[in-house]
Amino acid sequence: MAGRAGALAGWVALAAVGLISLAPLAALLAQPGQWPQSYALGVLRFTLWQAALSALISVGLAIPLSAALVHRRFAGKQVLLALLGAPFLLPVVVAVFGVLAVWGRSGWVASLLGLPIDIYGLPGLLLVHVFFNLPLATRLILQGWALVPPEHLRLCAQLGLGWRGQWRVLGAPLLRASLPGALLVVFLFSVTSFAAALILGGGPGATTVELAIYQALRLEFNLGGAARLALLQLAICLVVGILALRFARPVGFGAGLALADISLPRARWLVWGDRAILVLAAAFLMLPLLAIVLNGLAGLRDMPAAVWAALARSLGVALGSGALALCAAVAMAALLLRLHASTARGVEAGVMLSLAASPFVLGTGLFILLNPVIAPARLALLLTGLINAVLILPILLRLFIPALAQIAADYGRLSAMCGLTGAARLRHVTLPLLARPLGLGMGLAVALSMGDLGVITLFAAPDSGTLPMVMQRLMGAYRGNAAAGAGLVLVSATLALFYVFDRLGARYGHRI
Amino acid sequence: MNNRLTLAAALVVATGAASAQTTTPELVVYTYDSFASEWGPGPAIKASFEASCACTLTFVAAGDGAEVLSRLRLEGSRSPADVVVGLDSSLIPMANDSGLFAPHGQDMAALTLPIDWDDTTYLPFDWGYFAFVYDTTRVETPPTSFVMLDALDYSIIIQDPRSSTPGLGLLLWIKAAFGDRSGALWDGLADQIVTVTPGWSEAYGLFIAGEADMVLSYTTSPAYHAIVEGDETKAAATFAEGHYMQIELAAQLASSDQPELAAAFMAHLLSPAVQDVIPTTNWMYPAAQSAPLPEGFAQAPERALNYPTEWIAENRQAAVDEWLAALAR
Repeated sequence: MAGRAGALAGWVALAAVGLISLAPLAALLAQPGQWPQSYALGVLRFTLWQAALSALISVGLAIPLSAALVHRRFAGKQVLLALLGAPFLLPVVVAVFGVLAVWGRSGWVASLLGLPIDIYGLPGLLLVHVFFNLPLATRLILQGWALVPPEHLRLCAQLGLGWRGQWRVLGAPLLRASLPGALLVVFLFSVTSFAAALILGGGPGATTVELAIYQALRLEFNLGGAARLALLQLAICLVVGILALRFARPVGFGAGLALADISLPRARWLVWGDRAILVLAAAFLMLPLLAIVLNGLAGLRDMPAAVWAALARSLGVALGSGALALCAAVAMAALLLRLHASTARGVEAGVMLSLAASPFVLGTGLFILLNPVIAPARLALLLTGLINAVLILPILLRLFIPALAQIAADYGRLSAMCGLTGAARLRHVTLPLLARPLGLGMGLAVALSMGDLGVITLFAAPDSGTLPMVMQRLMGAYRGNAAAGAGLVLVSATLALFYVFDRLGARYGHRI
Repeated sequence: MNNRLTLAAALVVATGAASAQTTTPELVVYTYDSFASEWGPGPAIKASFEASCACTLTFVAAGDGAEVLSRLRLEGSRSPADVVVGLDSSLIPMANDSGLFAPHGQDMAALTLPIDWDDTTYLPFDWGYFAFVYDTTRVETPPTSFVMLDALDYSIIIQDPRSSTPGLGLLLWIKAAFGDRSGALWDGLADQIVTVTPGWSEAYGLFIAGEADMVLSYTTSPAYHAIVEGDETKAAATFAEGHYMQIELAAQLASSDQPELAAAFMAHLLSPAVQDVIPTTNWMYPAAQSAPLPEGFAQAPERALNYPTEWIAENRQAAVDEWLAALAR
């Protein structure tokens, strides 16, 4: 980063994020309210428990899946990698219907086996959370593999290291670096799950704090109460976050020069294991997508014209939000690397919390803050983009911090010796090396924003509906078919954007 | 040259728009999503009202009924809204707490509700009965009462009373029909409930996808499938205990800067121009019926259950607690 200006940009970004995520909560806390109903505390316990299980299972499965993706080469691997991003990017309702088309009581699995299947309850809840998060966890771990210099792989191959040796010198340190972050991200995502948890969880037994917050805000107008619940949840997540990040260790493999992909020797049973895992994971993640496509195709001709205008608005918001998030994340990651390690950890854990921030609380708080100054509805799309940028930031940080740390460790001295500073260093060293995570990050940010339905509903003004909103309105007016069509349009557009950015990053990203 | 012409034209248009804004008053109506959408009653109401009011009518869709009320409370006296359309009768206690609404002063002689209505603040514009909707090709012997629903063990999907008004409506329905025995009924129903959704649309979508035999919806839902899709396989079960009514209400904001226009709009809501389009756009019964109802609306349940606002306020919490106790295992 370009010295002082970079640090300043980092501080500004950090301050903006702090303001946007904390000011709304503070505004709500200042409102009158009482502790929400008695069930809320039991709900908190369940929320944390299901989030922990979701994180453990998702990341546990992501370890063999990412290893298989690293070791196996096959036609269509890039397409599979892009499609693997899809579940995470789906709007919740679309994903829920896709999962149920496969696993539901009258889903494909039930009709194929001819058995009554009932997944509703904890199994269903975990199933849908793993569906959402397994791909994300896999990509976060794979990002770590991308940091391994090919020379290391060649050396492993030449030395004839078996799987134990490979594990010791490569696998274990890599996981040590990436697992805590991945676990934390999935945990925080699952904490704020609301509709998916309730529907697949089968009823009030699977109530998360987010529902209690929604109830307090919308049905009871107990603003202060909702804020207290949100604050309690955030405090717990902060502790979890700091603990998790303490375990993370940077890998420190050093720099490499090779360009080629090197394949490692792999024991026969592991090769078969890889294949089995790839097939199972692809089926698990792709079948619901296929169901969404099939349902959507039937509804395409029922779609109203409003879908296309909404698509244009969604694209605008998503691209703006993605660009903003990317700039903020790079500046912030560079800043964090200059701070003392423990300070940086604390700051990052704080930023991570925006993942666990309730969109309802954020939206309502912002509304209260803005209302005396300007009609909040006039800022609907702007605010949606801004909040989406804040929400994706922690994931981008997880992508950029290890990469930037690696670049500084590998090329910092060389750059200094060559007198490369400021913009020149950014152009010749940092950006080419950062292109891969930048591409993936932009893809994720844009896609997440496309599918978001968080704050926009509260700020809705005439002619400001985004595509997820139009979809929800179609569903609310018996037009399930048209909604499925709109869902397909949304998913296709989202995936296309994600694919383009991800590939752009991979294409321009190289070692010096 | 061309550019200059365009610029001049743009200026003319802009000044025209500006002067139009100053002379034409705007009436802002907050409502729920599907009411304002192009397939809802919104466009027809806008056309018929603007034909006579010399004003611009703007619908703002702000989520479901509860979310609309919540947004109005957040905006307080600064709200641009003049009228709200789509409050649910079970929300009246909360709407009263807000103190945002002014008496409507409308003549309610034209109302054709199956119950008496004399509230001077909230004006009904349509209504419906909650009912369990089923697919006639899957349910051979439809239950004719809650007791039978329990005994026949059909799988059902309902909405969460903590986040949706139909969900709350079902709780009040069972409370109204069973009184002290409602907890026992919930215990019986608990194992038939496939799942509970945050809102109506997810529940109905899951039912259409075949996830359950029956779904909590309205007696008028089958009419949509019959009239729009030509699908006669959906039906609503009629229960001997009676059916709880959902009455949809409009109210004027006390903070409105267009009170006369707002009053004119409230009167327009009960006119045939609006009431006649309600059944096939909002899929509810008109509150002041003047024309014969379309096919499929005729077989309404005979026994209407509705309770006064104070009863709802007193029983809501107990009903939710009872429901949680029966289901949260």
